[in-house]
Amino acid sequence: MSNDAAFVEFQHVQKSYDGEILVVKDLNLSMPKGEFLTMLGPSGSGKTTCLMMLAGFETATHGEIMLDGRPINNIPPHKRGIGMVFQNYALFPHMTVAENLSFPLEVRKIGKDEREEKVRRALDMVQMGAFGSRRPAQLSGGQQQRIALARALVFEPELVLMDEPLGALDKQLREHMQFEITRLAHELGITTVYVTHDQTEALTMSDRVAVFDDGRIQQLAPPDLLYEEPENSFVAQFIGENNTLEGVVKSINGDECVVALDDGSEIDAKPVNVHAAGDRTKVSIRPERVEFNKDRLHADAHTLKATVKEFIYMGDVFRFRLSVAGNDDFIIKTRNAPDAIKLSPGQEVEIGWLARDCRALDA
Amino acid sequence: MTDATQSGPMLAADGTPLKKSLARSLRRRKLRALALIAPLLLFVLLSFVVPIVSMLFRSVENGIVAQTLPLTVVELQNWDAESGELPDEALYAAFTKDMIAAIEAKEHTKLGTRLNYEQTGMSSMFRKSGRKIKRLDPEADAPFKEKLIEIHDGWGDVDTWRVIKTHAVPITNGYFLNAVDMRRTPEGAQAQPEDKRILIKLFGRTLFMSLIITGSCILLAYPISYLLANLPMRVSNMLMILVLLPFWTSLLVRTSAWKVMLQQQGVINETLVWLGLVADDARLVIINNQFGTIIAMTHILLPFMILPMYSVMQTIPPYYTRAAKSMGATNWTTFWRIYFPQSIPGIGAGSILVFILAIGYYITPEIVGGTKGVFISNRIAYHISSSLNWGLAAALGTILLAVVLLLYWCYDKIVGIDNVKLG
Repeated sequence: MSNDAAFVEFQHVQKSYDGEILVVKDLNLSMPKGEFLTMLGPSGSGKTTCLMMLAGFETATHGEIMLDGRPINNIPPHKRGIGMVFQNYALFPHMTVAENLSFPLEVRKIGKDEREEKVRRALDMVQMGAFGSRRPAQLSGGQQQRIALARALVFEPELVLMDEPLGALDKQLREHMQFEITRLAHELGITTVYVTHDQTEALTMSDRVAVFDDGRIQQLAPPDLLYEEPENSFVAQFIGENNTLEGVVKSINGDECVVALDDGSEIDAKPVNVHAAGDRTKVSIRPERVEFNKDRLHADAHTLKATVKEFIYMGDVFRFRLSVAGNDDFIIKTRNAPDAIKLSPGQEVEIGWLARDCRALDA
Repeated sequence: MTDATQSGPMLAADGTPLKKSLARSLRRRKLRALALIAPLLLFVLLSFVVPIVSMLFRSVENGIVAQTLPLTVVELQNWDAESGELPDEALYAAFTKDMIAAIEAKEHTKLGTRLNYEQTGMSSMFRKSGRKIKRLDPEADAPFKEKLIEIHDGWGDVDTWRVIKTHAVPITNGYFLNAVDMRRTPEGAQAQPEDKRILIKLFGRTLFMSLIITGSCILLAYPISYLLANLPMRVSNMLMILVLLPFWTSLLVRTSAWKVMLQQQGVINETLVWLGLVADDARLVIINNQFGTIIAMTHILLPFMILPMYSVMQTIPPYYTRAAKSMGATNWTTFWRIYFPQSIPGIGAGSILVFILAIGYYITPEIVGGTKGVFISNRIAYHISSSLNWGLAAALGTILLAVVLLLYWCYDKIVGIDNVKLG
């Protein structure tokens, strides 16, 4: 597991608060310098606990956490030199913005002139140069967010942790800040660990995403692989929109397999998490990879009969809800192009897909 | 653009000015709100505001001389107090008439008591003379000058008349002068003789000891409040009950308990002697002095400091300290620069509460304070119930009230009353 290039490394880390339940179960993770890694998962999946262990606010029950090759389990938080952005910003209400930014420099005993210079630069970096003398309470949520970011970066840490920093912002501001944060992280070459439960945030910002569930990393991959090639049904369900059909593997033939669905119909799939004929499986297919234009399918591809239940107009895409093999929530999407076919409710269609787009995962 | 060009006040839909229309619609609501608080308002007015105002008025009110001796007061105008000579017969005649009327109404002893505050001996002089003056006839027995002097030689003393003349005014500053160790004399305000100056000292002691009590309450309450605010709910509730338990116990019981603890044959001294830390003949004197008052009052007022501190500290979220530590601050820096400034409103609220309670405290200093540890309030109580000099008591009370308001004002200027949070 040890890797020379690893900047942050979790080695078999476990964490329990009460001695009965493991919140984090055998976590192994290694990230190189300069990477933007997101920990994504539902609440209670252990992602925030991992972040807190890295920051030093929680101690690992078992295992070793390494920073730049040094074990940091016994180093108190204030000596780790890790910048942190909190969910609720945690800007000190009794200090002005400039004093907030100056605080980490003061405790590092940096001289006054240099301090003012760095504070000014950090404020300019987040386009808040004119707000130094304000109090945090006089700023909007987005402005507070920028200040919190500047404060975490002002002492030039090599590692920055962010705990759902955009959770309190409205959608438009959030998208803007996502862009801003990634830009800064890449420009400054900081290694970033970002915790969120918002998958869009994770996909758009990160170099790699670690999907957490039940105290384990379910999959650690770049965003595109995570979306297109989920390794288990949790990841497939959690990331993006997904259609699930349940059945039993009938036969495996190299990269392709045939799955007999519970209603008896058969489909083509790519075996990912199934090993032999007879295994129960959940197959996962993305809505935009379902094809109902027969011309675009292989001649020998398996198809399913489906009934259109609902048509939802979304502007750039059409969304249809279908009843397929007993699943009434089967979604397909098609781009609103000039030649797009519009299905109407009640209509019967035949749908199919390429075997590689349909992944047979664990049941 | 048409809106911008409209001149004059905004109009409501029916053409009446909008402000008028709004006021009318709000009036009903205001009246209903007033009706709801009316019983309380009345109760507070009758049981709180009226007694206080009438008590404050007593500190300057001095109608008794002019009411009891109306003719004498008029005659006294013509007498030159500086001449050193006794007043003439006309005044003595007027005085006799007044006295006979006063004795009839049994008012003369009250006047004697009042004048006795200014010059000792007046009370007995009025009482003793009363019996004999009663027998005089206002017409037949004239002239009265010699007869009165015969009845009591005090009436032949220039000073007696000077005192009466000095205090004949219906509104006086005499009580306030007394309250600050001065007195009203024919020559104007003068300092009290040395042996009678105690009130200024007592005011000073009250303020000083209240400050010490407030200070020790802050020192003791801060760590406890911090613990209460940061422990898990179950444990902190448990501790909170321990804090409140003394709060629910009778004040008298607690103060008496301190008496048992602190006296020379008390628990603390016995234990120290038994341990051999203190010699039997050198037992600590920790009661009936300032030390006893400070200990007992700190204990009794502690909950008033803990509760506001606790409720403020509870609202300080833990992520501030985490944020500070993540930025490299040590535990001490985090506390001093981040936590402490945010807990100041709690200290402020607790301090005001404790200080104002302490400055007017009465029972505890009375029981454990002896003579050296009493407060100004004990003196006020003495004048209310023993010496019956209500005017002086009212003057002392007024000064105390003014001092509290002044301190409150200073506090507002320095700390800002907005920074005070009770929860």
